[in-house]
Amino acid sequence: MTQPAPLLQVNDLKTYFTIGTGGPFGSGKQTLKAVDGISFEIHAGEVLSLVGESGCGKTTVGRTLTQLEPATDGEAYFNGTEILSLPNSQFRPLRREIQMIFQDPFASLNPRLTIEQTLAEPLHIHKLAKNRKEARVLISETLQLVGLDPKVMDRYPHEFSGGQRQRIGIARVMILKPKLVIADEMVSALDVSIQAQVLNLIKDLQRDSGVSMLFISHDLGVVRHISDRVAVMYLGKIVEIGNRLEIFENPSHPYTKLLLSSIPRIKPGRTKVEDLGEPASATSPPTGCAFHPRCAIATEICRSAQPEMNELSETHVSACHNISQLLGGHA
Amino acid sequence: MALLEVSNLSIAVAAGGKLLPVVQGISFQVEAGKTLGIVGESGCGKSLTSLAIMGLLEGSQVRIIGGTIHFNGQNMLTLSDKKRREIMGAEMAMIFQEPMTSLNPVYRVGDQIIEAIRQHKKQTKQQARARAIELLTLVRIPDAEKRIESYPHQLSGGMRQRVMIAMALACDPKLLIADEPTTALDVTVQARILELLKELQQQTGMAIVLISHDLGVIAETCDSVAVMYRGKFVEVAPSAELFSTVAHPYTSGLLSSIPVSDHEIDRLDAIPGRVPMLGEDVIGCAFHPRCNLAQECCSLKDPEEVSLTQTHFTRCHFPIGSNL
Amino acid sequence: MNFISTIQNVFRGRTLATIGMIWLCVILVAALAAPIFAPFDPLDIDPIGRLQEPSWAHFFGTDHFGRDTFSRSIYGARMTVVIGLGSVVFALIIGGLIGMLSAYFTRLGHVLMRIVDVLMAFPALLLALVLMTLLERSVTNTIIVIGIVYATTTARILFGMTLKLKGEVFVDAAKCSGAGHSSILFRHILPNLISPLLVQASFIFAFAQLQAAALDFLGLGLPPEIPSWGNMLSEERIYVTRAPWLLLFPGILIIISVFSINLVGDAMRDSIDPRFKDDIAGV
Repeated sequence: MTQPAPLLQVNDLKTYFTIGTGGPFGSGKQTLKAVDGISFEIHAGEVLSLVGESGCGKTTVGRTLTQLEPATDGEAYFNGTEILSLPNSQFRPLRREIQMIFQDPFASLNPRLTIEQTLAEPLHIHKLAKNRKEARVLISETLQLVGLDPKVMDRYPHEFSGGQRQRIGIARVMILKPKLVIADEMVSALDVSIQAQVLNLIKDLQRDSGVSMLFISHDLGVVRHISDRVAVMYLGKIVEIGNRLEIFENPSHPYTKLLLSSIPRIKPGRTKVEDLGEPASATSPPTGCAFHPRCAIATEICRSAQPEMNELSETHVSACHNISQLLGGHA
Repeated sequence: MALLEVSNLSIAVAAGGKLLPVVQGISFQVEAGKTLGIVGESGCGKSLTSLAIMGLLEGSQVRIIGGTIHFNGQNMLTLSDKKRREIMGAEMAMIFQEPMTSLNPVYRVGDQIIEAIRQHKKQTKQQARARAIELLTLVRIPDAEKRIESYPHQLSGGMRQRVMIAMALACDPKLLIADEPTTALDVTVQARILELLKELQQQTGMAIVLISHDLGVIAETCDSVAVMYRGKFVEVAPSAELFSTVAHPYTSGLLSSIPVSDHEIDRLDAIPGRVPMLGEDVIGCAFHPRCNLAQECCSLKDPEEVSLTQTHFTRCHFPIGSNL
Repeated sequence: MNFISTIQNVFRGRTLATIGMIWLCVILVAALAAPIFAPFDPLDIDPIGRLQEPSWAHFFGTDHFGRDTFSRSIYGARMTVVIGLGSVVFALIIGGLIGMLSAYFTRLGHVLMRIVDVLMAFPALLLALVLMTLLERSVTNTIIVIGIVYATTTARILFGMTLKLKGEVFVDAAKCSGAGHSSILFRHILPNLISPLLVQASFIFAFAQLQAAALDFLGLGLPPEIPSWGNMLSEERIYVTRAPWLLLFPGILIIISVFSINLVGDAMRDSIDPRFKDDIAGV
């Protein structure tokens, strides 16, 4: 590999949850494998999207990388430092460089704090402003950057619309000049016309600042618009990862194909892919390839063995037993 | 006469001693066997319209302040309570966005369907149960006989929406109102539910009013489309005509705001600004502050409805692609 | 949201609560300026004028030492305020901290909340009695004992609310900004608990009065020489047949005061809790 070392390198990340209660009166403990051994890397200035349906574990990946959930196993190297095993006190300085944008612009701002207080907090924590005056200058610069009038800093969150709140959420992250932004469904709660504004804004900010992004979304249209590379997740595992065009123009995994063909189109002429079953539950995933009960080309081996990652090109990897069949017997 | 005829319907919200208009004089018709799509962003009044048709606004701060709703030739707004209840749920049924909250969590799904059937039809428990199994099979729930014993929390989101549809179909309604029926569902599940609705419509010949914010969903399922902005229909046309020859700048703006998955766009053509808030007054065309084609008269006079073809209407002083 | 408009919101259209608030203000003024309002020294003994009936000289009559009951009632308001405020502050700080910390630090919570559960298993008065027998009779000890009793309920309430707030997205967002535990607890969670704390304060204030009166009556509360409504009831109870007014006036004062506090507390809860607010449904 001639490429420089990636900004973030995730190896075999696992995040399991224990659900239900044990003990004599409990309903019995169950292990939910929300994230079950995924690996990927993000380079400087790159946007990688994690896409998948609800319950596939994409949100948990983001929460684990920001230590909001403890990782069960695996490693994540950020700029060469392993971050999953870092104790809270040592991880805290790194939080400035790894920032997160949340889905719900109504819930992610503390209703009792003014915009200035919300935006000043990270500055004080990371000692980026000496006094209130300096903080206010930085805050008003950042508010302008996200397309808001600096005068709004004295107001409370409830005075803003969803789109404006999401801009404030972006400002809170960008004010720290992070190296990696994890955006969890950051536009899904917004109306179409507002979503477009926010997407344009985040794309501009990303290009201008060169920040890397892990963009978590279920919306394939949004993902195509924003990403350089795309990873498709199904039940805790990455089933296909590749460059944007490789995924959207030349998908290889049957699940990716199903996802793409399921999007309702405005222009007629969508090719339908057969979906044989309902999404499985993450507490009792099917044996072998988790997707096999819904897959039209599943064979005997799919029911028993988990597929390996097959390299289709230097950048395009797909986890399917029948990959050679999909490619017409070439690979 | 069409199955459902809504004319000049106006709805207002009582807030702080004032009546704030949320739906302003909308008219439309739905024929049996056809699907009308109402599309718009949150707060445009599309959900209130559906609740008004179902007679579900009563008792809230929202009330109908004008217009008529005729269903099957009867004026729903002047009908007696008893008569209306007979129609609701039997001839007219509704499905909602969140299938979990629309089902009662403490009863088995089968019992809820049986209850719905027996409310409108004189049937024994056994007959109703047989019908419930038939309905669950109709909406493609595997092992309907077993599933009828499940509680709502034991079903996936898609399955619950199927149960809701089965319940809505219990009395062979002539009209089904679906308010964002697939918004809470995953895209692969959504595709299957929409397909199911289309097939059921072909079998039963019912009319559907589909309310959604997703133009893709509307384009794929509806015969005709009404685009709603701030309580008014700004553009109404048959589906194919609307998407091939867009006339209203808002519709065009919505279409260019959507990031699509089937081709590359570098920058989205976003509509600037935001939807005015409830009670915020806009003089002239409600869309003019966000419109890049607006001229002086747009800020002075609210445009009347103009017809571009026999089936294509819009409310704009300067419709795109016309010489008006 | 400024203070005056909040007050207006609480009392607008609530006549009873407004009357209650006025009564509480009267008590507060009486407590602050007791020496000015009281016609006699509350401790002045007059062996000749014992057990006098209410008259223009002695509005509420005199007790078995010939002390002026009206003056003693005014000084008693002082104790009402001191015990009330003291118990509220004690219960909210101790109970609030236990509740918040237990919810935030799960393991600590397992221990602390079990202790709270044990204390809550005792009836409130019984718990106060047990604690009081272990301590000397004094104002401070009375406050501490009543404070402990109500700290348990406060801890329970705040435990639940903190648990819920802890899962809010804005708390996650603060963590991602690098905020430490104390900043998250006191800057992000606590301000969202102010409304329930206020309501809780009003109920503790009211119940503290009843508890204090009960303890005084049983001879386990304030030292007998301190004029308090509870002590007055306790001392004069044997004269109930000869001089019923000696029990009547402090009794009425206790009842009206507790009633007033409850009315004000209800009004605060109603106006603060969004579920009671007029909302535009479905828009």
